[in-house]
Amino acid sequence: MTGPFAWFKWEALFAEWTVFGEGALMTLAASMLALALSLALGVMFGVMSTSHWKIAKAISRIYVEFIQNTPLVIQIFFYYHGLPHLGLSLPVFSIGVLGVGVYHGAYISEVVRAGIQSIPKGQREAAYSQGLNYVETMKYIILPQAKRIVLPPLANQAVSLVKNTSVLAMIAGGDLMYRADSWSSQNLYYGPAYVTTGILYLMLCLPLASLARNLEKKAEVHA
Amino acid sequence: MIKDLFKAENLMFLMQGLAVTLTIAVATILLSIMIGTILGIARHSRNKALSRMSGVYIESVRNVPMLLFILAVRFMTPLNAVVSGIVAMTIFTSAVIAEIVRAGLNSIGQGQWEAAKSQGLNHVTTLVHIVLPQALRNITPALVSQFITVVKDTSFVWAVGTEELTGRAIILMGKHNNPVQVFTLFGLVAAIYFIPNYVLSHMAHWRQRKILH
Repeated sequence: MTGPFAWFKWEALFAEWTVFGEGALMTLAASMLALALSLALGVMFGVMSTSHWKIAKAISRIYVEFIQNTPLVIQIFFYYHGLPHLGLSLPVFSIGVLGVGVYHGAYISEVVRAGIQSIPKGQREAAYSQGLNYVETMKYIILPQAKRIVLPPLANQAVSLVKNTSVLAMIAGGDLMYRADSWSSQNLYYGPAYVTTGILYLMLCLPLASLARNLEKKAEVHA
Repeated sequence: MIKDLFKAENLMFLMQGLAVTLTIAVATILLSIMIGTILGIARHSRNKALSRMSGVYIESVRNVPMLLFILAVRFMTPLNAVVSGIVAMTIFTSAVIAEIVRAGLNSIGQGQWEAAKSQGLNHVTTLVHIVLPQALRNITPALVSQFITVVKDTSFVWAVGTEELTGRAIILMGKHNNPVQVFTLFGLVAAIYFIPNYVLSHMAHWRQRKILH
């Protein structure tokens, strides 16, 4: 039997399954690090965008607008082709983590901002009247309440983030998509390579997607 | 140095890339609205088999990177570069739009259906004239953000060598590779994406505020 999904092509894939296994692990590692970075940036810029300090607000706005309105691919190429001209040559894996983390950080910042703004002003005023300062108010009063509203869109961002780590394939980043692309362009066994890659991505993303759905249902019940 | 970069030939080269970007983006958006709406209605329907089938499509496509479809369609079909980009992006984007449409349909209360039925309207008439127009108003902001994502994500087709805007900028950087030229090119291309996306995203926010108040 021949054709795009011929059995001998699957056999070739199973014989070299570690190519895909290693790729999936690299995608997982890049996703986790990028998620940590994007959460840190997202909370920081999200809080800044709700502050009364005009400069902090402006910086946060510029970050969000610039990152959200330009392609991730351009941003990745900027780190890859642009930064070396400033004497900064980063390894491709770090570029992936940095690029995807900064990109989704802007989206998470908007999620965090919306969450904070959904908390009635009275909460903040009550906290101040009890002698809490700005940081304490955020940490103990506002952010814990905002969490419930923020969690469902955050889980959806995590799904997008995992998928977007595939941009690493465009700079030979060694992730799952890159391994699938390079393995199949050598032997032309595209069918099994893409099906396997799709299943591996589903294994990474579906649990997060169903988590997002459950969180949404929970938030609806509370609302 | 800058003059060298901004010659007519290079600008023409970039603009042709922009034309490819816009062709793929506009075709993808139009096709995905049509297919996504049908899929979203199917997902929302009371016919279990229909709902489950579209659900499987939506969930399995949405949870896989779009780049996988770009590679698969480019290398496994005889379609040309631009058409294969449109097909791949439409496969992915219609699943995303279907999910938005489904959420929009869910947002319309059962009372609307019942009221229309009591007035003697049948299912299809109710859907087309009563429910969809209201759902569309609710989902406009989500749709517009998705359109912006489509415009940005056309740059992924450069992965298979299709020379859209991003790809052509990278090609020019190979010829004009001193720092000033490289950063100018990045700035120029970022601005070309930024301006229409910024305007679109603020129109979406403006609409959202209008709906909320």
